[in-house]
Amino acid sequence: MVTPTQEIWDWLAEVPDPEIPVVSVTELGIIREVAWDGDTLKVAITPTYSGCPATSVIDLMVEEKLREKGVQNIALERRLSPPWTTDWVAQSARDKLREYGIAPPIDGTASDGRMGRAARLSGHNLTIPCPRCASGNTDKVSQFGSTPCKAAYVCRDCLEPFDYFKCH
Amino acid sequence: MVALDLDRQTLFDWLLRLGDNALILGHRTSEWCGHGPALEEDIALANTALDLIGHCQMWYTLAAEVEGKGRTADNLAYLRDAIQFKNVKLVELPNGDIGQTMMREFLFNAFHFELLTALTGSTDPKVSEIAAKAVKEVAYQLDRASDLVVRLGDGTEESHRRMQAALDYLWPYVGEMFLADATDDALAEAGIAPRLTDIQTKWEAIVSDTLDEATLTRPDRRPDVHTGGKQGRHTEHLGYILAEMQFLQRAYPGAEW
Ligand SMILES: [Zn+2]
Repeated sequence: MVTPTQEIWDWLAEVPDPEIPVVSVTELGIIREVAWDGDTLKVAITPTYSGCPATSVIDLMVEEKLREKGVQNIALERRLSPPWTTDWVAQSARDKLREYGIAPPIDGTASDGRMGRAARLSGHNLTIPCPRCASGNTDKVSQFGSTPCKAAYVCRDCLEPFDYFKCH
Repeated sequence: MVALDLDRQTLFDWLLRLGDNALILGHRTSEWCGHGPALEEDIALANTALDLIGHCQMWYTLAAEVEGKGRTADNLAYLRDAIQFKNVKLVELPNGDIGQTMMREFLFNAFHFELLTALTGSTDPKVSEIAAKAVKEVAYQLDRASDLVVRLGDGTEESHRRMQAALDYLWPYVGEMFLADATDDALAEAGIAPRLTDIQTKWEAIVSDTLDEATLTRPDRRPDVHTGGKQGRHTEHLGYILAEMQFLQRAYPGAEW
């Protein structure tokens, strides 16, 4: 008897992201499809960033979880299209990110290659609220933070540095 | 499914150009790891290198599939000699100082961004999938590189001098990106790739806006002096990159992590 796919989604919700362990791979939106093909379980996973070193670790963790639950035949597919977007990051994960000290993505602000220029010319930078004290008095330190998916910020009120999970 | 009226070798060569540009610039960028002028810049450059190496993996995987001779992405990266690399010469030049590094990233990113944007509309669905994935990352790279070109160009007297010198030095290499040969023409005719003249027009707009804002002067010299990289004729610098990058696979064939 095959396990209903809804139950498999629940199992995968127990797999944490290796770099941000407070959120699960399902909440990040990188599990794109779970389906049975005969007695083989097919799971389509999309990478967050093309060069993300966590990709192979995530594959391994997904496979381990499924084996632990007794699935024998597993086929993992690396699916590129449509490309991952932070629009798929669940609300639950956004709250967990903030509690963990990472400002969650602000939807609709992905770079179009000219965002920095528009900000320089208009003098309006994107306001990223500090995840610790909620102050909007923050500055971007670098477009690329501790991992490709984050930017480095500093809060001018509580003076703490923090990561911003960039809109992508 | 790739266009049938295009021969495999031509498509393979063209995919190598995309993969090789990404790998060689990714490798150059990674050389800053542990040497950046500030911790944040060091981390940002390492992240940029990761993006590029991720792109080369996607292009090489597709190239190997198109070639159909059983080679893998790793084989293409580690087991080809300089003459078989098809990257433009611009990306293989040594980094120089951080100003020259960022100027090169900017000049290439602006081209890369416009090329990938156009490729999202490719008639080949696999090409358009990879482009759609990569362009989102290159948009952030372009944003960061143009920001630094402006800040350093319109910065102190010393940073301005260095940025102008970097621009003057790199300029004779930029023309190669837009110089179409028979391969580029065949891809454009098949609708897989855009005409490079269209990309050049868009590149010119980004470059001229950014240089103006950076108070830098566009060099009054030919941009297409140093060419031939796309056909496998490289500067001496590429050999040194490959010697370092390929050493392990050459010395211990088939070694795995
Ligand atoms: Zn704060």
